Amino acid sequence: MIVEVERLRRDFVVRHKTSRFGRSRDVVTAVADVTFGINAGECLGYIGANGAGKSTTVKMLMGIRGPTSGRVQVCGLEPVRERTVLARRVGAVFGQRSQLWWDLPLTDSFRLLGAIHRMPDRAWQARLQECADLLDMHEFLTTPVRQLSLGQRMRGEVTAALLHSPELLLLDEPTIGLDIVSKERLRGFLAEERSERGTTVLLATHDLSDIERLSDRIIVIDHGRLAFDGTLPALVSRVGASRVLVVDLVEPGPPLDDIPNTTLQSVEADGLRQHLAFRAEETSAATVIAAVTARVELRDLAITEPAIEDVVRRLYLSPHQDPQ
Amino acid sequence: MVELQPLGTAGRGDAVPSLLSAYVALVRSRLSAQMVYRGSFAFEVGAQFGIGFVDFAEIYVVFHQVSSLGGFSFAEVAMMFALTTCAFSMADMFVGHIDGLPNYVRTGQFDAMLLRPLSALGQLVTSDFSLRRLGRAMTGLLVLGAALVFTDIDWTPARLLLLVITPVAGCAIFCAIFVAAAAVSFWLVEGTEFANAFTYGGNYLASLPFTIFHVAVQRFFTFVIPAAFVAYLPTLALLGRKDPTGLPGWLCWSGPVAALIAAAAARLLWRNGLHHYVGAGS
Repeated sequence: MIVEVERLRRDFVVRHKTSRFGRSRDVVTAVADVTFGINAGECLGYIGANGAGKSTTVKMLMGIRGPTSGRVQVCGLEPVRERTVLARRVGAVFGQRSQLWWDLPLTDSFRLLGAIHRMPDRAWQARLQECADLLDMHEFLTTPVRQLSLGQRMRGEVTAALLHSPELLLLDEPTIGLDIVSKERLRGFLAEERSERGTTVLLATHDLSDIERLSDRIIVIDHGRLAFDGTLPALVSRVGASRVLVVDLVEPGPPLDDIPNTTLQSVEADGLRQHLAFRAEETSAATVIAAVTARVELRDLAITEPAIEDVVRRLYLSPHQDPQ
Repeated sequence: MVELQPLGTAGRGDAVPSLLSAYVALVRSRLSAQMVYRGSFAFEVGAQFGIGFVDFAEIYVVFHQVSSLGGFSFAEVAMMFALTTCAFSMADMFVGHIDGLPNYVRTGQFDAMLLRPLSALGQLVTSDFSLRRLGRAMTGLLVLGAALVFTDIDWTPARLLLLVITPVAGCAIFCAIFVAAAAVSFWLVEGTEFANAFTYGGNYLASLPFTIFHVAVQRFFTFVIPAAFVAYLPTLALLGRKDPTGLPGWLCWSGPVAALIAAAAARLLWRNGLHHYVGAGS
């Protein structure tokens, strides 16, 4: 396992001014006894609302914050104690913080990072060429970073994190604020990077489309606690979200309210369009479609997957349970 | 396609660059950023040179009224001023920008430094390099030259060596004070003012003859914050005079030792401060 986290906890002390001389001291728990692991080559989606403890976890994995209690091991190293050794093997992107030099052209930032990671010129130049090709960065490589658009800068940030070919890539909100085209380009690149090099990825985000596109496995963190650890289909069945079959009939028909294992959600246009909800673990789409076509003649059909936002909302609403 | 030109920094071709070359590359990038506007740079160097003389004018004005200050002549006090100015301006150039640490912490740039495989202190020190401070150092050298002409020093090889070593040791002492002050800001969020009291305050104090201060102040700025080793004590040794408060003569020659102790103490304080910031296992 490339990342091992056991009963990881981080408290912050917040001081409040209560009166002119009085100060009170509150302990806020950002991460509460979280346990998980990441296997080499995996892409783990780490999701939670803002302030759920995602960034704090990522910082503890990099060794720039220490745990209050618990154990964390990354690439077989202890992050805080062996921070500089670990930094050679891990890359990180913090969506809201830049790792680039504001006043230098993008290429110069990569030159400096190459020197910092003690890479021979040929090595970092080859890697930059590769990333610049895939991320379509050539036209703005000589532009000072402060003049780049957010989408351009973020491509630069990801390249900066990957320049030294790390084994583990930690991404904290990498697509925040990006337009759809930029998001998609970045996701495509990350998928390519994974399949080419087998890079392990931890993707902390509150944008669930990142997860759908990239992750094999999801962890949901809520108020610092681990709320779920498993696959996306498992999460869907856990909260009982339904898939919906939408059928358009050739001619108006009676409400299809007696198809086994489904519930009729709504009927439109006098029965021309009907919505049938069913749960993945109870029946399959094929069975439902077969049952419907045995009754009426279909003109068209579509299956709507549960909105992942909705799935997570339901998980947050459900009472706290142990993960799995 | 952007042409990736051959580079002067770091690893040429297939060679693995050394740790030092990483820092050299960082400093070079800062220097070239400063040199982009040559006219502005020249003006800043000139301004620093001028500011040094304004500081010196303060001493001149005092000696217009009195003939000696704390038992020292104008030329002798000028020598203390010059040694301090040389030491401080060099330290300010090398590590002075470290007082921006609270700002780096606030903006998250400090965390970005921690993501890199280099020491945080090394990166902070190389994050800027204010070459304009050379202007101030030039003032110091000019005043030192003049002061040496007007003071009566019984030159021996040991004294000559002391004269050369003193600005270097003084620079190291101020560097240590800068680092220690920055380390304190890990605990005190609004610590910049507090830090300045010791860095810029130390500079002012060190340039004056210590005999004008209360003995308690003298002791504090000798044994706690070693400002006395920057100029006052070495000047006594150069002039062959004894410390009026009874400090042993060998102490006047101990600037380099004081610098080493100060550096070790600063390093320890920095490590503790960083440990506090990261908050490991507390």
